[in-house]
Amino acid sequence: MALAAVALAGCNERAKTEVHTGGDPGRGSLLVDEEACGSCHVIPDKAQGNGLVGPPLAGIARRAVIAGLLPNTPDNMTRWLQSPQSVVPGNAMPNMGLTQQQARDITAYLYTLD
Amino acid sequence: MLQPLHNGGAPTGMSPDWPMGFLHTYGPRADPVTGLAWGLSIISIAVVVIVTVLVLTGVLRRAGRGEVAALRPVRGEGGMQWIYIGLALTLVALLGSLVWTVTVLAEVDSPASKPALTIQVTGHQWWWEATYSGDDPSRAFTTANEIHIPVGQPVMVKLTGADVIHSFWIPTLTGKTDAIPGRTNVAWLQADQPGVYRGQCTEYCGQQHAHMAMYVIADPPAAFQAWAAQQRQPAAQPAAPQQVMGEQVFVQQCGACHTVRGTPAGGVVGPDLTHLMSRRTIGAGLLPNTVGALSGWIENPQAMKPGVLMPPTKVAPVQLAALRAYLETLR
Ligand code: HEC
Ligand code: HEC
Ligand SMILES: [Cu+2]
Repeated sequence: MALAAVALAGCNERAKTEVHTGGDPGRGSLLVDEEACGSCHVIPDKAQGNGLVGPPLAGIARRAVIAGLLPNTPDNMTRWLQSPQSVVPGNAMPNMGLTQQQARDITAYLYTLD
Repeated sequence: MLQPLHNGGAPTGMSPDWPMGFLHTYGPRADPVTGLAWGLSIISIAVVVIVTVLVLTGVLRRAGRGEVAALRPVRGEGGMQWIYIGLALTLVALLGSLVWTVTVLAEVDSPASKPALTIQVTGHQWWWEATYSGDDPSRAFTTANEIHIPVGQPVMVKLTGADVIHSFWIPTLTGKTDAIPGRTNVAWLQADQPGVYRGQCTEYCGQQHAHMAMYVIADPPAAFQAWAAQQRQPAAQPAAPQQVMGEQVFVQQCGACHTVRGTPAGGVVGPDLTHLMSRRTIGAGLLPNTVGALSGWIENPQAMKPGVLMPPTKVAPVQLAALRAYLETLR
């Protein structure tokens, strides 16, 4: 896991992201718009990404830990996105009913933000 | 059911490609104006082209002949006739345009048949309030930012402003009409195809003027009646404990500004939220009405729409989840 995180550091190329996450960053980007993640997070390059409820997502590809709890691996990121409420019960990020594939796509997109 | 979005050229879906395009219109209030706009543009371009060609021919014809003497004008017979022809052509073009313009103005002044309904629309900083009153006050209801109308029928819109001057514009359906505090202006519109038509405030009204959009949603008459019947209902009583807790938080924290009919929350500073979940967007077209957007908006709308007249709530996440669970019952 730690290895994967290290391997991810600094790799923002689309192809590499796809291999690591099994997701499509393009679709992920659209999903981030549709779900309006930007109403809680500052997201670089997103016009609607100026939310100030959760932490900014700039550099999330290189962050070591997700939500102060999970090592930042593609699998953990997917898990977090699908069900933040079971990872950190009662935190402000809601479960948004994402499918596994949707969560993978968003993970792929997030790993382009380094 | 997602209907096509008539936003001036973009075929379907919430495509923002041409959000305020006005070259494709969809009803008898706007169509004659579109025809006129094209017609006058073409006439004006034709005039410019003809005049340019004549001037250039005049300038270039004698160029290069060298001799000054050759430039002396030769006066032939009947020179005046060109002046008459020119004047006549100009008069025909100008009079034609004038008659056409006046005819269109008369045509779009009022609808051909009796309007199906009248909607009171009030511009607020930075959202639109819409009240459907009808003949029977007990059947009146209020909603915000998304104005449903029956397709194929003329609808009157009585406009006023709550704070400063706003202007109501649905480019694909009707021209601009100001919404001015203390007076009532009247506009009308009719959509000939079911769909979603985007509109926008077009009178600068403060910091978030650009985020003051609205949608006109034209439904088939039966669907419109069903929608109106649903909107007339008060909010359903929440059942689950989390939703009940959410309702309590709502009445305390939000009720001074928002109305949910059927609860003690009766504020009129912000939009009526009785049927919030029947809307596709929140914040006057700013965000899609999704779990994520709603949560972020409740917690800190100032980040999304700086200056918005709703304060950050900053409730504990447990209460936030309860609030959202309650809002989700407002179908
Ligand atoms: C209602 C607000 C809200 C929404 C909507 C929201 N988040 Fe979050 N998000 C949070 C909060 C709050 C945290 C911090 C949680 C914690 O640390 O326990 C967080 C944490 C995260 C983290 C971990 C960041 C870190 O540095 O630890 C990621 C990644 C993330 N969110 C992505 C998303 C994505 C992608 C979406 C949209 C699909 C989204 N969020 C929607 C509030 C939100
Ligand atoms: C001081 C008054 C005020 C308070 C308190 C307030 N709001 Fe608002 N709210 C507004 C205003 C004004 C708007 C319209 C903002 C805009 O779009 O410009 C609004 C908009 C909204 C919207 C979007 C509605 C739509 O259709 O676009 C929601 C949802 C909402 N508020 C929920 C809440 C909740 C939940 C609370 C309590 C936690 C709350 N508000 C507290 C004034 C208030
Ligand atoms: Cu305005």
